[in-house]
Amino acid sequence: MSMNRRQFITVAGISTVLGVGSASVIIGLGKSSLEAAQISPDPRALKAKRWGFVVDVSKLASDEDYRKCIDACHDIHNVPNNPNPMHEVKWIWKDTYEHTFPNVAEDKIMNVELQEKNFLLFCNHCANPACVRVCPTKATFKRKSDGIVMQDMHRCIGCRFCMAACPFGARSFNYVDPRPNIAKEKQNKTFPTRMIGVVEKCTACYERLAIGQQPACAEASNGAIVFGDLEDPDSEIRKLISEKYTIRRKPELGTQPGIYYVIGGGEHA
Amino acid sequence: MLEKALSGSNRYWAWIFFLLAVIGVGFIAYMKQLNEGLGITGLSRDVSWGLYIGQFTFLVGVAASAVMLVIPYYLHDFKKFGKIVILGEFLAVSAVIMCVLFIMADMGQPMRVANILLHPTPGSIVFWDVVVLNGYLLLNLIIGWTTLGADRKGVKPPDWVKPLIYLSIPWAVSIHTVTAFLYAGIPGRHFWLTAVMAARFLASAFAGGPALLIILALLVRKFSKFDPGTEAIQAIGKIVTYAMFANVFLLGLEFFTAFYSNIPGHMHPFQYLYAGIDGHDKLVPLMWTSSILAVVALAILVFPNLRRNEGILAFACVALFSSLWIDKGFGLIIGGFVPNMFEGVTEYWPTMLEALITLGVWATGFLLLTVLYKVAIAVREEDAAVEH
Repeated sequence: MSMNRRQFITVAGISTVLGVGSASVIIGLGKSSLEAAQISPDPRALKAKRWGFVVDVSKLASDEDYRKCIDACHDIHNVPNNPNPMHEVKWIWKDTYEHTFPNVAEDKIMNVELQEKNFLLFCNHCANPACVRVCPTKATFKRKSDGIVMQDMHRCIGCRFCMAACPFGARSFNYVDPRPNIAKEKQNKTFPTRMIGVVEKCTACYERLAIGQQPACAEASNGAIVFGDLEDPDSEIRKLISEKYTIRRKPELGTQPGIYYVIGGGEHA
Repeated sequence: MLEKALSGSNRYWAWIFFLLAVIGVGFIAYMKQLNEGLGITGLSRDVSWGLYIGQFTFLVGVAASAVMLVIPYYLHDFKKFGKIVILGEFLAVSAVIMCVLFIMADMGQPMRVANILLHPTPGSIVFWDVVVLNGYLLLNLIIGWTTLGADRKGVKPPDWVKPLIYLSIPWAVSIHTVTAFLYAGIPGRHFWLTAVMAARFLASAFAGGPALLIILALLVRKFSKFDPGTEAIQAIGKIVTYAMFANVFLLGLEFFTAFYSNIPGHMHPFQYLYAGIDGHDKLVPLMWTSSILAVVALAILVFPNLRRNEGILAFACVALFSSLWIDKGFGLIIGGFVPNMFEGVTEYWPTMLEALITLGVWATGFLLLTVLYKVAIAVREEDAAVEH
């Protein structure tokens, strides 16, 4: 078969393009099959099969105690202070007994002290999270290694299905640009700020766990919030749960929330 | 065939430009939303879905209702629907387009919407809703266009279109079932967590959609030489009546379960919608308007003598359509969010910008519907001229 110059150049050109193209595809595939973390994990990193929390409200006496935990979280995560309450963004907050346990709060003649208690609420990092089940893009997902319910704010399309699905009201949507509502002096440059139109929530300080630090709320709580491995029978958190009477929010829905509340009374409960 | 939409009377062009103007205003409002975020709507942390998702849900029903013409005509050989079935199919096409636009309007990050396909998640109902809605759009577009094209040439539709028509029947049921599953599978939203949700959706769809179709058919007859057929319209009237009774019956079941069981979480949304909670009662007048309109419509439709008068039938259909539009396009969504997950009440009311965007989407749907109907009518008018 003979070939003129024009045909030769065409064939050579196409082969080159295809060759370079397929080579780059193969290299690209090789790259993307790497772990998402580009560096080796920090040896200090905290590890667990399933992270969970015990919140002992008897140790939260004053308003200040609650505030410390909330500010510790909101400051390091650049949570905006939006002026309009409809557009509120919150990862951890204080609420009444009635709001925290609406399903059991109907009893009007129960212990007054309990009724007047306040609670710290944040994402339960459920074992069967409804938010993960409904998310159409896997922007919210349960981390296989330690059960943390994560939120990828770069993949989120803002459909807000997770907000409809979460029985605990743990999720906030950026109805307005959050950046102008973060106080300049408080901004944490090591944690990303968000843009309009995405959902966010508590992610159990995954970024702190990775360098061996406790979640910010637990650290600031003076022992009121204990963080630990729910699946390790010897962990401190498991000991607390076995010693004290604890309740969880809406356990009847089967999501297996990972926050256990100790109401108080300690040993006799 | 599309060229037939390019020639029309002054009235036709005035209508087209009116719709374009409404679309333009809606588009400008949407640009503001795109720029500033969904904060320009009445939505909040507690009521995170509102008018857009309500309209989407309602319109999925309108789209599904085309099957109420397809089944009698293609499965039971009910010849009277021969001329009107195309109006149902094209209504379905426009309704699905509006659904897609309402979903886009509701997204916080609409430019990322392809993530649904880039990261397909079969465990999420949204994924299936995208699949079935787009499939249904395609089916109706192909079926409608092909059968109309064949009609124009005076030949029978090609054989390959028959299986598609049969497929479109369960497919129509699927779009509304999947849409109901968006709500009916969520733990902790008592108002939505009901097994009859999909059944109720279908019943209200098969009442509301055909009611709109009757109104459209009467308008088509008034403004063109094409008559969809008196008997066809009457037959649809019967369908509307039965479906609406089924819908009201199913709503009654919800009331019974909520109030006889006396479970607070189940009763609260109904109390909020129909009586208000602690003085929060923004939706009460609307919900009662919906109930009264439903009763009025049924009181008319149940008597064949009244139904036979087309003026009265049209009135009943407008009442019924408005009733369902309030109930499903608004109350159903808000009732799921009030009271919130903490049994607190945050009310919702759409803002002006939100309403303008909503109108813009409706106008887009009507523009498409007008163009499609114009083509269908032109073909029918030609046919009629040939026959005479």
